[in-house]
Amino acid sequence: MSEQTEALDILGEYIAEKMPDAVRKFDVMFGDLTLYAERDAIASLADFLKRDVMCSFETLIDICGVDYPERGQRFEVVYHFLSMRMNHRVRVKIRTDEESAVPTLTKLHPSADWYEREAFDMYGVRFAGHPDMRRILTDYGFEGYPLRKDFPLTGYTEIRYDDLKKRIVHEPVELTQEYRNFDFLSPWEGIAAVIPGDEKADDAEEEGA
Amino acid sequence: MADDMKLLPEQDRTFTMNFGPQHPAAHGVLRMVLDLDGELVDRVDCHIGLLHRGTEKLLEYKTYLQGLPYFDRLDYVAPMNQEHAWCLAIERMLGLEVPRRASFIRVIYSEIGRILNHLLNVSTQILDCGALTPITWAFEEREKLIGFYERASGSRMHAAYFRPGGVHQDIDQKLIDDIMAFCAEFPKMMENFEGLISENRIFKQRNVDIGVVNEKTIMQWGFSGVMARGSGLAWDLRRSQPYEIYSEIPHNVFPVIIGKNGDNYDRYVCRMDEMQVSNEIIKWCIENMPKGDILTQGTKASPPRRAEMKNSMEALIHHFKLYTEGFHVPEGETYTAIEAPKGEFGVYLIADGSNRPYRVKVRAPSYPHLAAMDHLCKGHQLADVSAILGSLDIVFGEIDR
Repeated sequence: MSEQTEALDILGEYIAEKMPDAVRKFDVMFGDLTLYAERDAIASLADFLKRDVMCSFETLIDICGVDYPERGQRFEVVYHFLSMRMNHRVRVKIRTDEESAVPTLTKLHPSADWYEREAFDMYGVRFAGHPDMRRILTDYGFEGYPLRKDFPLTGYTEIRYDDLKKRIVHEPVELTQEYRNFDFLSPWEGIAAVIPGDEKADDAEEEGA
Repeated sequence: MADDMKLLPEQDRTFTMNFGPQHPAAHGVLRMVLDLDGELVDRVDCHIGLLHRGTEKLLEYKTYLQGLPYFDRLDYVAPMNQEHAWCLAIERMLGLEVPRRASFIRVIYSEIGRILNHLLNVSTQILDCGALTPITWAFEEREKLIGFYERASGSRMHAAYFRPGGVHQDIDQKLIDDIMAFCAEFPKMMENFEGLISENRIFKQRNVDIGVVNEKTIMQWGFSGVMARGSGLAWDLRRSQPYEIYSEIPHNVFPVIIGKNGDNYDRYVCRMDEMQVSNEIIKWCIENMPKGDILTQGTKASPPRRAEMKNSMEALIHHFKLYTEGFHVPEGETYTAIEAPKGEFGVYLIADGSNRPYRVKVRAPSYPHLAAMDHLCKGHQLADVSAILGSLDIVFGEIDR
């Protein structure tokens, strides 16, 4: 274990000890300290991280969502904090789903404003107490949450300028060719060898039966 | 009739103005809705996302190597710096060791990127304040530097030159000599530039004591890079969390430049000085650059040598698999940040063990800077909005992603 990892380990233990209700567990991976926290305790945890002299994580670097559709609580919200004073970083992870709102950090870190708006825009994660929750990156009037795993890469609508209506129109997306999503992980099993005309054999069988 | 003509009471005479997205001082595609009280700015509401291309979504559908060129298109003013963060993140997860020569080349090109960025930013900021000449001077220098990009990578902007494990191709002696010749000329150009601008009365009137950033603002709004250093905070990731060979560069070659007052003017001075420092770093790197490999060999993440491919079946298979399937990154996650010209550029990468990232979050430095626009502009004159915007150093490629 390197010196840096050891220091982070000690810091993780310290935080877990001080905030036992907020931090479920922690680990150090690839030189990053990660805290797994309770959703409702995130504001108090962030407050502690900011004010504690050992931590002094005064800068909120980033907030982002991650989608794991197979989980019960499908979203993770990941916070990155930086302490310029102590020169270390921490990552805090919480879980949520489509309905449960995450307490906002905007009062503590004004920069959370846009990050939370982005997480909402991309994943539909709700933040309770955010002063101005609007979409941020997507178009005016956009529907859906584009970074969710079940949102198709091509989206649902495409836009073009309609010369007769003299305005932009939205239409369902029409692809002349399917997106070529090659499966390199299982190249032999991945491709279902469909020979044109084969489907007739199935039809004939069904008719016969 | 007389009733209709009656003026509103003084305090109600605020009006709303739309700034951009086609305004030349909006530095791309920024739309701001300004609430004005006479000439004073009451509130700034930035509408961003007009350049949103879904980079993070696209990255989830590409192999690690295919994802690399998207990073050029984030901050397109200094493309290679972004690639650097991506490569470092992958290398960290794979545990790849970068050959020394490649490290030097990366630093040289990162610093060229910094000069590219600062030249553009400083000159456009001056342009926003009304001076037309400097941008033509700066672009002449930028053109030479872009030429170095082209000679190393074959592309003037979207280089895709840094690769996981090193850089794509070696740079030849002629190119190194030309970069050295540029470095020798550059300070003279900077001198002319500074002579024209630094003491200019109009430029100073527009920028001194405008957009003052204090330490509290830096912490609260997540500022980094010149936005933090301009206020006297010696925070530079190249020094405080060093990567590549930055820790080896002596302090007299690479001091951390800091400002004092944290206003637009100090940030301008910081950028000018940082260009000089970058120039020195490039010179130091060229003088100390060793010979040797430029890409790690013998790992699954880097292609085999051409000659080897012609003789060895294994090498040929490896080459084919690398460029179709791509390499696999072990399960885990990392946040890797570099000191991009604009501030801290970070890549948060979640790998699931396959050949594609599960999730990539790009932490762009301009994003929190622009988010603070409302905070910075409140109470300033309308004319200061474009001066402050210019000194924030924003690029929409990385804000909108």
